[in-house]
Amino acid sequence: MSSGKPAAGGGTERSEYTTIFASLDNFDKGGVEIINDDARHYAFSNLFEVASKSKPWEKVAVAKNLEYVLEAVRAEGVSEWRTAAHDEFAVCMDGEVTVDLVKLDSSPLSADAQGSIAVNGEPAGKKMGRIHLKRGHQALLPAGSAYRFTSANPGVLMMQTIAGPDTQYRWAEICQTA
Amino acid sequence: MTVADVVRSTAPNSEGYFEFTLGEFHFRRDEYFVYISWPTGSHMMSVDAFLRAMQRDVAWDFFYGTVNFDGVFGTVNHYGTVDIFAGRFNDSYRKAELDYSENHETPAIRETFKSILADWTNAAFDPFASPHETGAAFGIKNGDNDSAVTRRRIAARRMVAVPGDEEIRTDESGFPVNRMFLDVDQSEPVVEVEPGFEGEVAAFNLFAYLSRSDVTWNPSVVSQCKDSLFCPTTEEYILPIIHGNDRVEWFVQLSDEITWAVEDRDTGAMRSRVTMKAGDVAAMPADIRHQGYSPKRSMLLVWENNSSAIPDLIASGKLPTYPIEF
Ligand SMILES: [Fe+2]
Repeated sequence: MSSGKPAAGGGTERSEYTTIFASLDNFDKGGVEIINDDARHYAFSNLFEVASKSKPWEKVAVAKNLEYVLEAVRAEGVSEWRTAAHDEFAVCMDGEVTVDLVKLDSSPLSADAQGSIAVNGEPAGKKMGRIHLKRGHQALLPAGSAYRFTSANPGVLMMQTIAGPDTQYRWAEICQTA
Repeated sequence: MTVADVVRSTAPNSEGYFEFTLGEFHFRRDEYFVYISWPTGSHMMSVDAFLRAMQRDVAWDFFYGTVNFDGVFGTVNHYGTVDIFAGRFNDSYRKAELDYSENHETPAIRETFKSILADWTNAAFDPFASPHETGAAFGIKNGDNDSAVTRRRIAARRMVAVPGDEEIRTDESGFPVNRMFLDVDQSEPVVEVEPGFEGEVAAFNLFAYLSRSDVTWNPSVVSQCKDSLFCPTTEEYILPIIHGNDRVEWFVQLSDEITWAVEDRDTGAMRSRVTMKAGDVAAMPADIRHQGYSPKRSMLLVWENNSSAIPDLIASGKLPTYPIEF
């Protein structure tokens, strides 16, 4: 038994707790125990497992609610430059990722375009800044900017965005089906 | 409607608590229990479970869909009005035609619930806290805990840490790291900003932000992409309500582990158990209700589509109740 300390509620709690995060190299999946349903309705997957089977910078949807998606991205090396007409967000779930931001002189996208597209070549515009993300850090990728990720070692990003032309769908491969 | 319009008894009862009325619903408490009555029946709940549930209902402004306090009593949000019901999502009550429901303007139910919460919460009890973190809800009237039950609702308009938006949490701002997250890295991202872009180049440590949450089971918005809302929350012990969806909801387990008991939204019949570990992603269909169990304080990302068009599309069958066909 570990040592404890008195808690406000009258019980005794541990004097130390360990928080469990997962990573590309170390994840442990739960799952759906079906009683009276179809496992596919839950689209159960694991971000790290998806990224462990992805090529660098592939945008694999792990959650979708109509036009909106969450994508698991394997961060490895240097990404292409991308842009979107709306705000996007990147959460670093594993590793360390640098984000370079450029304010595009002119966006190739219409104001109501959904999702991100690649920017051909070097983006034309003013440098906005650079963000250094570690595990658990979240960055704003502002509407109308171009962004590029760099990650020396394999890491994982979770993107909050809208489904776009490069969003990949692999539900049957990534989700629990029975 | 304001607090002044809330219908309550002229004097406290022998335990020191006021009684309240909303429409035909009547509420009273004593040392251990809450007694709810309506024209076709009555119900009892532990005051501990009741106050924890009511705190979430008020803090979320009735949330998305149904907030079941237990298998009998709860609310359904219509975003402007709210149904308050008894037995509506309970097969036995429905078959016996004993279910009962009233629709109220949101301010009327909001102010009534806030008044009940304020009067029935004693000084030693914080309905947002885990059982280890707070004293008991039970007993006769003994002071109050207004600062706990009126915490400000946090909703970033763009993202936490963007200048002018919600700020990160610090010791100085009154958000120390929770005892169960003392091992969570507190470093903030290094952000290099070129002149003129101070308002747009932003990042923050989401895990540190969550480690400093002083409440359990209370989603708050940290980032917003049109109607896509990141609503992370920290969870410990049991979700005090059984949440019934009016749209598909997604979970990303950021740390530790939660098990969800998933039931049919309308009847309460068990449909599944979902165990989520760090990195797991799962949808909760639009026709279920669920209650989560978190053995250690954990970080859960609740991901919502806030579009006001969805409830009708789901209810009319124009949208499926599950998110993906494959
Ligand atoms: Fe829920």
